[in-house]
Amino acid sequence: MIRGADIVVKSLIEENSEYIFGYPGGAIMPVYDALYDYSDQIKHVLTRHEQGAIHAAQGYARVSGKVGVVLVTSGPGATNLITGLADALIDSTPLVCITGQVAAHLLGSDAFQETDVVGLSMPGTKWNIQVRSVEEIAPAIAKAFHIAKTGRPGPVLVDITKNAQIEFGEFNYAPCLSVRSFRPYVKINEKAVADAATLINTAKQPYVLFGQGVVLANAEAELKAFLDKTGIPAASTLLGSGALPQDHPSYVGKLGMHGNYAPNLLTNQCDVLIAVGMRFDDRVTGDLKRYAKQAKVIHLELDPSEIDKNVKTTVAIQGDCKVSLALLTEAVQSNSHPEWMQRFRELENEEKLAVMTNDLHATQGGLHMGEVIRLINQFKEEDAVLVTDVGQHQMIAWRYFDYKTTRTQVTSGGLGTMGFALPAALGAQLYDYKRQVVCVVGDGGIQMTIQELGTIMQTKAPVKVVLLNNNYLGMVRQWQQLFFDKRYSFTELENPDFIKIAEAYSFKARKVTEREDLEASVAEMLLHQGPYFLEVVVEKEDNVFPMIATGCSVEEVRLS
Amino acid sequence: MNRYTILVYTENFIGILNRITIIFTRRGINIDALTASESRLDGIHKITIEVTVTEEQIIQLTKQIEKVVDVIKAYCFKDEEVVYQEIALYKVPIESLDPGLEKVIRQFNAHIIAAEKEFVVIEFTGHKEDTQALLEILKPFNLLEFSRSGRVAIAKPKFSVQEYLNNQT
Ligand SMILES: Cc1ncc(C[n+]2csc(CCOP(=O)(O)OP(=O)(O)O)c2C)c(N)n1
Ligand SMILES: [Mg+2]
Repeated sequence: MIRGADIVVKSLIEENSEYIFGYPGGAIMPVYDALYDYSDQIKHVLTRHEQGAIHAAQGYARVSGKVGVVLVTSGPGATNLITGLADALIDSTPLVCITGQVAAHLLGSDAFQETDVVGLSMPGTKWNIQVRSVEEIAPAIAKAFHIAKTGRPGPVLVDITKNAQIEFGEFNYAPCLSVRSFRPYVKINEKAVADAATLINTAKQPYVLFGQGVVLANAEAELKAFLDKTGIPAASTLLGSGALPQDHPSYVGKLGMHGNYAPNLLTNQCDVLIAVGMRFDDRVTGDLKRYAKQAKVIHLELDPSEIDKNVKTTVAIQGDCKVSLALLTEAVQSNSHPEWMQRFRELENEEKLAVMTNDLHATQGGLHMGEVIRLINQFKEEDAVLVTDVGQHQMIAWRYFDYKTTRTQVTSGGLGTMGFALPAALGAQLYDYKRQVVCVVGDGGIQMTIQELGTIMQTKAPVKVVLLNNNYLGMVRQWQQLFFDKRYSFTELENPDFIKIAEAYSFKARKVTEREDLEASVAEMLLHQGPYFLEVVVEKEDNVFPMIATGCSVEEVRLS
Repeated sequence: MNRYTILVYTENFIGILNRITIIFTRRGINIDALTASESRLDGIHKITIEVTVTEEQIIQLTKQIEKVVDVIKAYCFKDEEVVYQEIALYKVPIESLDPGLEKVIRQFNAHIIAAEKEFVVIEFTGHKEDTQALLEILKPFNLLEFSRSGRVAIAKPKFSVQEYLNNQT
C-alpha cells in the first residue's frame, strides 16, 4: 500500500511523463511531498505563475507530440489555469492537468481555497473528473492520458481531493486503452475517397489548404506524397506551418487575415478546394458568404463536428488524415498544374514588390520586424523552433520565418493569448536543450508573463528571446489607425528597461536600435550557448500587410 | 425553425448533464424541455432534449453533443419521427369540482389522481398542445397550480445503441 500522492506521481511516471510543470500549495502538498522521492524519475519545473506552467506544458506538448503535464493547487492555483485550458482546447494540444482540491468532506462548504474547478473548467476541457478516493486516482489518470492524446487532442483535468492524496491504496497501473463512449477513429469511407479522387482528377484549378491536423496526425509525409503526385498548389494555416517544407514546389504560402496575397485571393478562383486537417477558422475564411462559393469542397477531417460547420462540403472524408491522404494519393492520377501554379507565382511577385521587399530589406527609416526575422532565418539551424506571442510580431514572424521541418511552429492560434510565448518557449526548449528555440515576443505580451524569465534562469534553458519593441500594443494600434481614425486609445506603453530586467535574471542581453548592429547581434544570439535576450527597437507605427479586414472576403485582401 | 427531439445516450457520469447543456448555453439556444432517465441498457442513461432550431443548428448541436467524451451516441429527430408524451398535473380547488369540470375531465380522458380536503389533482398526458388546451380550460375553474414534464420520446426509425456499441469493438 502506498499513499494516493505517490500513486499520482507513479502514474505520471508510468505514462512516461518526462516533465511536470507546476506550482505547489496547500491542497496539493502531499503530491509535492511525494515528488521529493522521485526526482530521479521525473523532473518538476517550478514556474512563477500557474499560467506559466500550463503554457510551458503546451509548448512542450506542441514540439514533442507528447502529453504536457501540469500540477497545481486548488482555488487560485486552479483558476490560473483557465486561460491555458481554453488555449489548449481550441488549438488541440494534449495536456493532463492535475489540481489539488480540498478534502472530500469539505466539498461544497466554501472551505479555504475551495473552488468548483470541475465546473469552472468544463467548457475549457475535453474531459474532466473529480477524484475523491485513493482507488480512483490511477484509473482517472490513465483515462485522462488516453483522452488527452487520442483522436483530436485536447486538455483534460483531474481534480484530486486532499484526503485521496493522503489515503493509502494499492498501486498496479493499467494504462487506459479504450473508452467505450469515445471512439474517435472511424474507418475511412472508400466511396468518399473515390468521389474525392474523381473531383481532383477532373479539376482544372485544384487547391490544397492544410492545417495543424496534418501535424497532429503525423501525416506530413503523406501530405507531401499527395502533393508530389498531384502537383496541386498548397497553402498553410497559421498552425499548419511547418507541416510542409516551404521550399516544396507545391507550397504557395499562408492563409488568413495576415497571410499571403495569392493564397487568399485565389481561394475564390479554384474549382476544387481540398482542406486537410483545418477547421475554416474565421481568420482564414473572412466573410463566409463570399468564401470559395465557386468551388467544390473536399474536407479531410478527424473531428466530425468540424465537417460542414463553417463551409459546406461536397465530399467529406472523415477520419485520420494520415490514412485518408494515403488512400487518396493512391486513387488520384499523377498530374501537374503549371498554368494555375503560375497564377500564384505572379501574385507572389506582386506581394514581394508591394510589401516584402520593404519589410525585409529596408535600407532607411526605423527597423522593421521583418528584417529581424530575415536575419534569424539566415543564422538559425534548420529545425529551429519559432515560438511567438500574439500581435504584429506574431504575424510578421510567421509570414517570414523559413519553416523547414515539422513541429517548429508554436503560437497561440485559436485563442490568441498574449503572454503565451515566453513560458511556451521554455517548455519547447526543455523538450530538447540542443534544439534552437527562438521566442519572438512583443513589448506588450512579454509583460503578461515576464516572471517566467525566472524559470528560464532556474532551468538554464537556452531560450533565445527576441523582443520586438514598438512601444505599442501594435496590433491594436494598427486597427485603431485603419478603422478607428487613428484614435490611439490606451495602446501606447511606457516600458521598463528590459535589458536591466533580463540581466537581473542572468540573461546575456543586448539592445539594438540601429540597422548596422542588427546582423551581428542576431548572429551572436544564435551562436550563444545559454539564454539570450535580444531587444530590437523597431519602427513604432508599422503595419502588417497584406490584410483581410474583418467582414471582408478573401478576395478583398489588401496589400496596403 | 423546427421542433426537434435529441436522444442522447450517455455513461452515467457526474457532470454529464452540465457538459451537454453548456453546448446550448454557449450558442444562445434555449432548451424547451429536458428529461433524464435510465435507458433499456444497464448503466446507460438516456437524456431527451426538446429544442426549436434550424436544421443546420440541429446537425451542429447533435455533433457537438456526440463529441462529449462520455456521450455514447446522440440522435436527432423531427416531431413526426418520434412517439412522445408529456405529463401534466393540475391542482384545482375542491369547490370547483362541479358538473362542468367533470365533463371536461371526461372529454379529455384525464384522471383525478389525488383528492384532498381542499383540492384535487388532475393528471393528463398527451402532446404539449393537448395539455396546454386543458390548461386554458381549467384556468376559469380557479386553477391553483400547474406542472408539466419534459417530453419522453421513443424514436420510430430503427436504431440500436447496443448494436452500435457491439460494432465498435
Ligand atoms: C490576453 C490578451 N489580451 C488582449 C489581447 C488583444 N491584443 C491582441 S494583439 C495585442 C497587442 C499586442 O502588443 P505587443 O505584445 O506589444 O505586440 P505587437 O502587436 O506590438 O507586436 C492585444 C492587446 C490578446 N490577444 N490577449
Ligand atoms: Mg508592441
